[in-house]
Amino acid sequence: MEAKTLVLGVIGADVHAVGNKILEIALTEAGFNVVNLGVLVSQKEFVEAALETDADAILVSSLYGHAEIDARGLREALIEAGIGDILMYIGGYLVVGNQDWSEVEAKFKQLGFDRVYPPSTLPEDFIPTLREDLGM
Amino acid sequence: MSGSWVLVDIGSTFTKVTAVDIGQRRILAQSSAPTTIEDVSIGLRNALQGLGLDAEQLRQARKLACSSAAGGLRMVAIGLVQDLTAKAARLAALGAGARVLSTYSFQLTEADREEIIELQPDIILLAGGTDGGNRENILHNAKVLASLPNPVPVVIAGNRSVAQEVAACFPPEFSTYIAPNVMPQIGQLQVDPAREVIRRVFMEKIIYAKGLDKAGRWIEGIFMPTPAAVLRAGQLLSQGTAARKGWGDLLIVDVGGATTDVHSLGKGLPTRAGVVVRGLPEPYAKRTVEGDLGVRVSVLSLMETVGPDVLAQEVNWTREEVESRAELLHAHPDTLPESDEEWHFDRVLARLAVAHAVSRHVGRLSELYTPAGLVWVQEGKDLSSVATVIGTGGVLVRSHDPLAVLEGAGKQGDAPLELRPEDPLFFLDGSYILASMGLLAQEEPDAAFDILTDSLSNYKLARREQ
Ligand code: B12
Repeated sequence: MEAKTLVLGVIGADVHAVGNKILEIALTEAGFNVVNLGVLVSQKEFVEAALETDADAILVSSLYGHAEIDARGLREALIEAGIGDILMYIGGYLVVGNQDWSEVEAKFKQLGFDRVYPPSTLPEDFIPTLREDLGM
Repeated sequence: MSGSWVLVDIGSTFTKVTAVDIGQRRILAQSSAPTTIEDVSIGLRNALQGLGLDAEQLRQARKLACSSAAGGLRMVAIGLVQDLTAKAARLAALGAGARVLSTYSFQLTEADREEIIELQPDIILLAGGTDGGNRENILHNAKVLASLPNPVPVVIAGNRSVAQEVAACFPPEFSTYIAPNVMPQIGQLQVDPAREVIRRVFMEKIIYAKGLDKAGRWIEGIFMPTPAAVLRAGQLLSQGTAARKGWGDLLIVDVGGATTDVHSLGKGLPTRAGVVVRGLPEPYAKRTVEGDLGVRVSVLSLMETVGPDVLAQEVNWTREEVESRAELLHAHPDTLPESDEEWHFDRVLARLAVAHAVSRHVGRLSELYTPAGLVWVQEGKDLSSVATVIGTGGVLVRSHDPLAVLEGAGKQGDAPLELRPEDPLFFLDGSYILASMGLLAQEEPDAAFDILTDSLSNYKLARREQ
């Protein structure tokens, strides 16, 4: 079977690069075709990269606390581009301070993310779920 | 006499020929004659006769040509996303020396199809999808193109996984050529192989379609469109050869009546610390063509871009005077300036064309405020450390003050964030040999390098006293 393509990036004006690099390595080792956009990635770049590469999923990271503003509208932009049903995850430090996780999760699901991950999520914590979601 | 070469440039108005002796590393003679488009061999023969070589010498010389006659190489570029594969396709076509008539992204519509029929391109460059990526779009577009009433050569340089399938969409009357993807992965540009395929199609097909093959009686062949030869000369000069050290990063500017071309040779990496680069990487050898910036046919759009009031202020005329002169130059592109004031007007036009064309060619910095403070973002090539700027083309070569025109390429006070050459030396292609040496570079790179550097050094433009 052809490898599944994942688009990866840290959204907005966020420069935290370490987690992104770790995800790239772990996901490549796990057999995915990884398109890593790096840090400071705009919504437009996520959409366009997913289009050109015919991606199977988008993994958004946000570490600096502004995820909600940065990620709002991304699902809608994907719908506009004709790939609205693509699988989309988000993880990192999504909000500032210690907010109730179930509320945070609900908020991001509302924004169109299929799965939402709390801080310190390790690759092995979510890769099995990702495989399942992609029907692998 | 061995070792003489004749380099030919069949232009839209003039056929220019340059004879060089590669042993002595010098220009033997130069000549030109009006291009005769019904049968280019006539104009070519006239130009060759003007060289004053004896018949035997002329017969023995090897003869290579480039051409921009019969409209040049007219292309249409097609990709998927405007800023990704469509942009890559456009850059590839420009680098191949083409006039890019239009660039299309996403799925071609019926209106796009009609427009392409109107435009009558010589070659279509069809891209879309990274390797292993999107396939529907390029397949859709192939089917649309396959229904064009007149067959056009199509260079396919998109998603490798469907290249064969894309080619199979076309009926046999279409010739299709598969090239490596112009953008195999996101963020990776690969334009050189597609450029080379385009050049081959130009050589093997387009010159016949345009009747330029009649020149074949006198020369070995027309190897590339003239702008591709200029870009090649730039590359030779910049990189040097195994035995010659190149001049490093450089910029070539060609102001014309209809367009202004800018070529840059250089990676364009950030020169300051802490700058984050965004957007599609750009090719080492990059060419842009501004169809709305020219000093004759395109003078009205140039005036519009600059603003007639700005122009009036620069030349110290009234706005009405500026507008009526521009109208005149547009209506009569052969007009030559007579008075000092008219010369000055032409110079200002040319400088502004250069300034705007370079502005569009170079990268720029922008400030991005983040919670951690200011981050500098660079898009496009940083050409601030480019040390050499060369002017070519009739407008610059004829100008009384080419330096004043070329200085439009340098740092501009009102655009501090544009990554233009900050402190370059200016040269003029005064003997008009860039394209010729680009041709010669294919066969005799060392000689081409020596003759070119020698000529340019004679036309180093002195800085005026401040
Ligand atoms: C190093 C660091 C920096 C460096 C970054 C250097 C660089 N270029 O990478 C610098 C100094 C630049 C920096 C700046 C800032 N930082 Co900082 N930074 C950190 C720090 C100490 C480590 C981050 C890191 O590399 N972690 C290691 C990697 C491996 O973990 P990770 O990024 O979390 O990624 C893992 C998981 O989260 C997960 N994951 C990540 N993305 C995704 C996506 C999906 C879909 C999934 C499933 C999983 C997943 O997988 C990764 C691998 O396991 C953290 C604190 C901490 N200990 O985490 C703060 C921290 C992230 N920074 C913080 C802040 C506030 C900032 C600043 C706003 C202000 C400041 N304090 O300086 C600026 C913002 C700058 C900007 N524009 O982005 C806060 C964020 C608070 C919040 N969101 O509520 C933190 C948590 C510190 C804190 N406790 O206050 N920072």
